[in-house]
Amino acid sequence: LVLLLFCELVARVPWASPTPRAGDMVVNTIHWFRKGLRLHDNPSLRDSIQGADTLRCIYILDPWFAGSSNVGINRWRFLLHCLEDLDASLRKLNSRLFVIRGQPTDVFPRLFKEWHITRLSYEYDSEPFGKERDAAIQKLAKEAAVEVMVRISHTLYDLDKIIELNGGQSPLTYKRFQALINHMDAVELPVETITSEFIKKCATPISEDHDEKFGVPSLEELGFETEGLITAVWPGGETEALMRLERHLERKAWVANFERPRMNANSLLASPTGLSPYLRFGCLSCRLFYFKLTDLYRKVKKNSTPPLSLYGQLLWREFFYTTATNNPCFDKIEGNPVCVQIPWDRNPEALAKWAEGRTGFPWIDAIMTQLRQEGWIHHLARHAVACFLTRGDLWISWEEGMKVFEELLLDADWSVNAGSWMWLSCSSFFQQFFHCYCPVGFGRRTDPNSDYIRRYLPILRGFPAKYIYDPWNAPEEVQKAAKCIIGVHYPRPMVNHAEASRINIERMKQIYQQLSCYRGLGLLATVPANPNNGASGSNVAGVSTGTSQGPGGFSEDQSIQEGTSRTGTQARWLTLLLFKMYNAIKILTCY
Amino acid sequence: MKRGRTGLKSSCQAFPSQERAKRQKRGASSFAEDWGNLPHHVVLQIFQHLSLVDRARASSVCRRWNDVFHTPDLWRKFEFELNQPATSYLRSTHPDLIQQIIKKHAQHLQYVSFKVDSCIESAEAACDILSQLVNCTIKTLGLISTARPSFMDVSQAHFVSALTVVFVNSKSLSSIKIDDTPVDDPSLKVLVANNSDTLKLLKMSSCPHVSPAGILCVADQCHGLRELALNYHLLSDELLLALSSEKHVHLEHLRIDVASENPGQTHFHTIKRSSWEALVRHSPKVNIVMYFFLYEEEFEPFFREETPVTHLYFGRAVSKEMLGRIGLNCPRLVELVVCANGLEPLDEELIRIAERCKSLTAIGLGECEVTCSGFVEFVKMCGGRLTQLSIMEEVLIPDSSYNMEQIHSEVSKHLGRMWFPDMMPTW
Repeated sequence: LVLLLFCELVARVPWASPTPRAGDMVVNTIHWFRKGLRLHDNPSLRDSIQGADTLRCIYILDPWFAGSSNVGINRWRFLLHCLEDLDASLRKLNSRLFVIRGQPTDVFPRLFKEWHITRLSYEYDSEPFGKERDAAIQKLAKEAAVEVMVRISHTLYDLDKIIELNGGQSPLTYKRFQALINHMDAVELPVETITSEFIKKCATPISEDHDEKFGVPSLEELGFETEGLITAVWPGGETEALMRLERHLERKAWVANFERPRMNANSLLASPTGLSPYLRFGCLSCRLFYFKLTDLYRKVKKNSTPPLSLYGQLLWREFFYTTATNNPCFDKIEGNPVCVQIPWDRNPEALAKWAEGRTGFPWIDAIMTQLRQEGWIHHLARHAVACFLTRGDLWISWEEGMKVFEELLLDADWSVNAGSWMWLSCSSFFQQFFHCYCPVGFGRRTDPNSDYIRRYLPILRGFPAKYIYDPWNAPEEVQKAAKCIIGVHYPRPMVNHAEASRINIERMKQIYQQLSCYRGLGLLATVPANPNNGASGSNVAGVSTGTSQGPGGFSEDQSIQEGTSRTGTQARWLTLLLFKMYNAIKILTCY
Repeated sequence: MKRGRTGLKSSCQAFPSQERAKRQKRGASSFAEDWGNLPHHVVLQIFQHLSLVDRARASSVCRRWNDVFHTPDLWRKFEFELNQPATSYLRSTHPDLIQQIIKKHAQHLQYVSFKVDSCIESAEAACDILSQLVNCTIKTLGLISTARPSFMDVSQAHFVSALTVVFVNSKSLSSIKIDDTPVDDPSLKVLVANNSDTLKLLKMSSCPHVSPAGILCVADQCHGLRELALNYHLLSDELLLALSSEKHVHLEHLRIDVASENPGQTHFHTIKRSSWEALVRHSPKVNIVMYFFLYEEEFEPFFREETPVTHLYFGRAVSKEMLGRIGLNCPRLVELVVCANGLEPLDEELIRIAERCKSLTAIGLGECEVTCSGFVEFVKMCGGRLTQLSIMEEVLIPDSSYNMEQIHSEVSKHLGRMWFPDMMPTW
């Protein structure tokens, strides 16, 4: 008996890896967590464990954090929570998480050798930077005779299949995307959660100094100042994510209403059932969410087919992933085939005021304050600040706004962030730009009580609701009574909104007129016709009412030297593409 | 590379086969001679298909091609792009090229525009170029700010003197675009004194130094004026009457911007109904485009009586009552675009607009509310004449008759084409 015990102990020696002996097919596997920070619905991890002798789950703390060095404290904290949660869950399975510092291309060759690795698994990353990185790692794996297992579980579908269905092109409009989705095979079911039963044949060699060498770092260790940091409004981790999912579904069931929720003042605040950061980091499987929603709907609505709008949040995410996956320039203006080249202004001072919530417009400043403090803002709040920065007021490039969101917003990943910014600044095809969010009026209509402003901008608490959205218009007595003089305690508005929006809408109109070659007077018709609407392509051909084309009539581009202006070449390219697209889509069935 | 005879005009196909054979024997250098000997008009035609950059490169190949490069015909249109790296992502026209144009081609320029970024240096550079365009016959002039209006930062004296150089010397100006500039009444007088016979288009929105009298002078003297864009404070009954005088041609397009600084600070005068009527009588096909950027309470003076506006844009919130008035008093309305209204359903107002604005072909609604049934009713009444229907998804309120899934098929049916509301990412 003692001998047996002894053998058992030796076999489970925590520091040594079983070395491959001649004739023995020992499988030592690494599972590489990047996103997909969960043990439920993790097919690559599951397949990796099958038939493996040892398992090590690693997370590589790439100093560049998946392509960007621009990460704020809330995002780091959320990530660390996720890693701690993973580590805790793995502990329950007699395993641990290994956090390794360095660049993947340096780390892997070392680990392959040290741990005698024969298998590597990870969840597929569809983003161009991810694909490039993974291609390099696959090459290294091949050289080290390591088997690579990749599975798709960060998106509902295989994005390449969607693109294939669209003739090899990423869909350019959301409607087109929805039409394609309708023709795709059903979403695959989420795979089962890893249990101790499943993993029992697979050991994890854990050393005594594991915490020192491979433990999850703290914020301080990463160099952050944590004094005065408020408790996380959005705690990270799979456990939290699954709890929130249950609450989210409970609330939906209770309301028994699957329509798009009406926006009210409360929606602006962080919700205990909000899921977007968890989906971004992969703490929550999008497929699990999808199927739980479907089940709930069928239960409440007695088995009818759920409409696509039920999955709105998930499908928008999927759409941006699909448009981004083959476009390494997706997050830029220059060289980006889906982005309209708009001559944005370069103004670092104005940008800083916006980013730091010092614009002088309480609605905008409150939103940016919430974003900085908590890491999440409601999607309509995002529209408001994005519009203000770009086409609405400041006329600053969406690339700048995207970088700020990247730093501060918990659920902003590369594809969704860039895609949303292009959409909101009307830099991508077929977006009507007439709708401008007023930095005073929109806020006032959303939250007439102004609780939101008071909460995030305490300096303005003394103002009555009548004046709080445009405090510069408040009479002196009111300002004195509120103990806040505009221009002294709170900045004056940085732009005249009426003037700015007047100029900017004119700019957008001129730019789009060049693109669509539209010569008429309508504002709506300047945007090239959306092929999915089936609206006549006549707008693109320039036929419309009230054409101002007398002899000597000044058409916008008459005096433009061909080729000098970037917009000129862009215009030609885009018009050609539009025609091609329009004809291609006429052939394929519409939604 | 094949000899480029394919694609050239037939006039240069004349090489007899004998000579060709001889040339082939002589070798590559003789080909260069032939390229250099292409007729002038052939090279010109090729150059017209090239971008400016490529053309400039080609001009360095040989003297003949360089001569063609400087043909007046290639210098009729030019757009000066003036940007500073600190304020813009765009490139600038090379200063050497600018110098060359001023030296050699100023007299050829006919269609000129200046695109400047938000930096004052760019606007000043534009003014400097303008001051040097002395021996010109410019027909079209455009001063365009691509971002913040930097012309307004330039000293008024400097700007006006530069502009009047062109006004005085060109004598055949037909289209002028000077929005957001410090142009003033005296410069308009100079414009009129020299170009009254040829002026057809004048766009000068947001020129704060111009007075109603200044623009009236233009309307009185320039009887060929067909297109005019200005701010509301310049609009007067006298102006409309001047544009409708017998000597005046039909006006095609009148664009009016109505913007306010702060609520209650600007008083907006009313235009008499009779003045509008005179204009429409004189120019029955005139398009009147009005862009409003006002606070809700400032709309009092507008649309109290019948107004012949054709294209309306509301850049800020506009009240329900105001939209009701529009339905009543704007029978010529072609396009209506509303940024925001508020949280009361606009069913009645929309239906009235469908009833009374029989020319309406385009409507855009932003932050508004319309019940699905009301909206379907509206679309039914307008039918296929609505070529542009841009409704944000949040605008439509599902009710007992229709939910969001049904609305798009119902509306598509009445429009006779596939239709969806405009969507915004809900991520």
